[in-house]
Amino acid sequence: MNKKLYVARSPRIAARKLGEEMLVMSGQGSTLFTLNPTATILWQAADGATPLEEIVERRICSEFEVNPEEAMRDAEALAEDLAKHGILLISEQPIAEQSIATPTSPVQESR
Amino acid sequence: MSALLTEMSDRALQLGVPFSVQLDLTYRCNEQCVHCYLDHDDHGEMTTTEIKHLLQEMAEAGVFILTLSGGEIFMRKDFFEILECARALTFCIKLKTNAVLIREPQAARIRELGVESIQISIYSHRPEVHDAITKVPGSLQRSINAIRFLKSQGLKVVMANVLMTGNMQDYQGVRALADELGADYTLDPTITPMMDGDRSILELNAGESVLRNLFRDESFVGNADEFCAPPPAPDENSMLSLPCSAGHTACYVSPYGEFYPCVQFPLSCGNVRQQRFIDIWRDSEQLKEVRSIRLRDLTSCSQCAHGASCTRCPGLAFMEGNMRGPSTADCEKSFARTGIPSVNLLAKKENASTPRLVQIQLVPAITGSRLSGIGVAASAVAS
Repeated sequence: MNKKLYVARSPRIAARKLGEEMLVMSGQGSTLFTLNPTATILWQAADGATPLEEIVERRICSEFEVNPEEAMRDAEALAEDLAKHGILLISEQPIAEQSIATPTSPVQESR
Repeated sequence: MSALLTEMSDRALQLGVPFSVQLDLTYRCNEQCVHCYLDHDDHGEMTTTEIKHLLQEMAEAGVFILTLSGGEIFMRKDFFEILECARALTFCIKLKTNAVLIREPQAARIRELGVESIQISIYSHRPEVHDAITKVPGSLQRSINAIRFLKSQGLKVVMANVLMTGNMQDYQGVRALADELGADYTLDPTITPMMDGDRSILELNAGESVLRNLFRDESFVGNADEFCAPPPAPDENSMLSLPCSAGHTACYVSPYGEFYPCVQFPLSCGNVRQQRFIDIWRDSEQLKEVRSIRLRDLTSCSQCAHGASCTRCPGLAFMEGNMRGPSTADCEKSFARTGIPSVNLLAKKENASTPRLVQIQLVPAITGSRLSGIGVAASAVAS
């Protein structure tokens, strides 16, 4: 049986939702990224306590019509990519709360 | 600004989001710089609780870049408590400080909290010049020590060099010092009026000849011929362009909760102690007026050859008396750069060369007993 993976938002990043995208600045070299809607869902749900498999099942498969196995493969690849840039932490154990950034949902309207 | 950050800022403009905010935590300072535009007395700063509440409101409003400045931010005993709160809300944080109070532990804490950059004011590489401007003996050495502590933590440091009469020979030396310390360097050649409107400190401006030399220094401006070339004539698109980000994607909050379009634009739009941040941002009549202004609406700038290329600051124009008027400091920069006087400078020159008698002669044309009396008196002076 595969080991469970836990993901957590890195505490060293800056982030804000802008429209449909999540704007993230990594502490590593002040690099700026935008996350697409799927990556945003994954990042927001990355609380360090919920296994990645559960996030995919509850937040991604329910939102998008995708095969669970395929979605899990994509989510693992995405999590690894985000981890490489210092945006996400990945562990085989739950990740302590103080290591996690808190996402804030902005109030937005067009003018 | 990176291309992606520019793109996000444009997106914020479309969405009406306050992308970037400067929050001054205090006007108190441990330096007394000769060119400073602030009143350093504490007239009732926001409490820690008020600031934390404001930070929450700003995060909910979509603010991404938060610049914490002052005064001197480390004069607040609760500075790290505020910084911790701001980082927990995932702002991208920039600090502005003189760094005199930063030692190894503070530098380490700043790094732990993931601050994006620290801008530090350095006026000269020579202690006798820098310390004369700050009026604090030993301040240059302490700021340099702090830069070393911050750099040893791997942090991004920007040395900000304001140019004025007292240090106008030293900017190359400050830049060399920045290179030596591994810091970025930025030069600001404009002294701004006091926030209460007192313009006496403008006498410290370095002057046109210094600006002219600076604008021809290729180590600063790249290709000097291109940089100093005559400006292209404003076209239809530039007539519709926005003056700057103030009030559009950026704003400023004072230590007393006053909300302004920018730190250099003292047009009060509300107070965050009385209204929610987002309500001021969305509903302030003053901000709506600022947002309505385009180049075509500017009284003399819309007729000026520099209109499309000038760095006109709407806040400085407002402090001169008209937010739709010119900012003379920027007219002077455009002139120093290209040798072509702006419409505003030409008008000032014409006014200065016109005898006062002509202005006085206008008064008798106004009817009414009280005004007629003034007219008579003026005529008497004229004769």
